[in-house]
Formats: sequence, structure tokens, C-alpha cells
Amino acid sequence: MTSVHPNSTTTTRFARRFLISLSRMRRPITLGPPSDEEVCRRTRRIKLAAYSSMARAVGSRRAWSRALLLKVRNRVRFQGILRNRFLASKKKRVIKRNKASGEMNKTDMLRKLVPGGETMDICGLLEETAHYMASLATQVKVMQSIVDQYSK
Amino acid sequence: MSSRRSRSRQSSGVSRISDDQIIDLVSKLQQLIPELRNRGSDKVSASKVLQETCNYIRNLHREVDDLSDRLSQLLASTDSDSAQAAIIRSLLMD
Repeated sequence: MTSVHPNSTTTTRFARRFLISLSRMRRPITLGPPSDEEVCRRTRRIKLAAYSSMARAVGSRRAWSRALLLKVRNRVRFQGILRNRFLASKKKRVIKRNKASGEMNKTDMLRKLVPGGETMDICGLLEETAHYMASLATQVKVMQSIVDQYSK
Repeated sequence: MSSRRSRSRQSSGVSRISDDQIIDLVSKLQQLIPELRNRGSDKVSASKVLQETCNYIRNLHREVDDLSDRLSQLLASTDSDSAQAAIIRSLLMD
């Protein structure tokens, strides 16, 4: 079985995309320090950039990255109005079916944590979880080293 | 691995997933979780692996939140483009 850990190409791709997103967020400093609201807004944008950069670096190869990219795209386009209306009904159908077969609560918890997890079968879920976890760990590692560099 | 091939040949919908496949995948997960990696590979129950998996993912999400927050503050205060160049250099030259 191939390793689930992101290879150096994926890691580099993620780092590049993320850094480009960060550089786009810099603006000329207005008078005085930025307000708390601005900082909050920027935090959210950074978080979104981190997740979507990683998902893009992984590409459409994994179900979780596809699900994440879809979620990000919907968030940007529909602003929460039409977002996920189809997916929400599909989710409810799948969750009802899973509950009926008496699956463990822990599995359901995992489904909520992994992007796209709600509609996967147990095998798919476990596989995607492994890959997602490894990618997340890499994402954290890269973000940490960026913070370290900025803090110098 | 043969289990992978047999799964893809099954029809979608009600697919018969073997216990071995699940045990296999769960043990693969166990190896990825720092908490459980050092324990004996056959001593940890699937339930515990799932629990630790959820905890680990939640921790990672929390770390991303925290790092995003710190980055946001650092971006607000740092001015130099040379810092960025240094970052890019150090990250991509690994």
C-alpha cells in the first residue's frame, strides 16, 4: 500500500499556495493598529486559505480533498443561501440509513470530522481518515514553521 | 493489496466489507496516531483507535485555528518583505 503521508511535491505545493495567499492578504497599514474585527476576519481568511491550499495541493485524488474544495467553492459563491441544499438532503438520508444499521457513535463522530465523511462507507471513511490525518499533520507542520520564521 | 481489488469489484450500495479489511484499515490508522503508535499493534481495541483518531483530528483542527490566529497577528505587525523571502527560501529549499 502506498504511504498516506504527503510527498514532498504535495507539501511544496501546499506551502507555495498558502504563502501566495498570505502575501495577497497584506495591505498597506492604515492609521493605527488593525481593529479586533479586522484581525478576526483575517484569521478566518488565513484558516480558509490553509485548508483550501492543502486540498488543492492534494487535488481531486482523494474524496476528502474533493469534498473540502466543494465546500470552499460553495462558501465563496453562494454565501450560505443555496449552499449544500442538495448535500444536506443526501446527508440526512445517509445518516438515517446508518443509524438504522446500528453503527457506533464513534464512527459518526469521525464522519463529522473528515470532509465528505458523512456519505462514505466504513472502508472509504477509514482510508480517507488516514490520508486526511497525515495531510493535516503536514499542514500544521508547515504553518508552524511559517510562524517560527515570522517570529524571528 | 487484494482486499482493495475485491472491494472495487463489488457493486455499490450494499457492499460486503470483510472484517479483515476493517481490521487492516484500523491498524493502519493506529500507526498514524502518535498516542498509539508506540503501543503493541495488537493490544489496542478498534474502539480506542477510533476514539483517539477523533481526538487527534480535533487537536489538529485546534492547532490550525491557533496557528491561523498567530499568523493573523504576525501579518498585522510584520512589515518586511524580506521576512517573506526568508520563509519561502527556508521552506522550499528543504
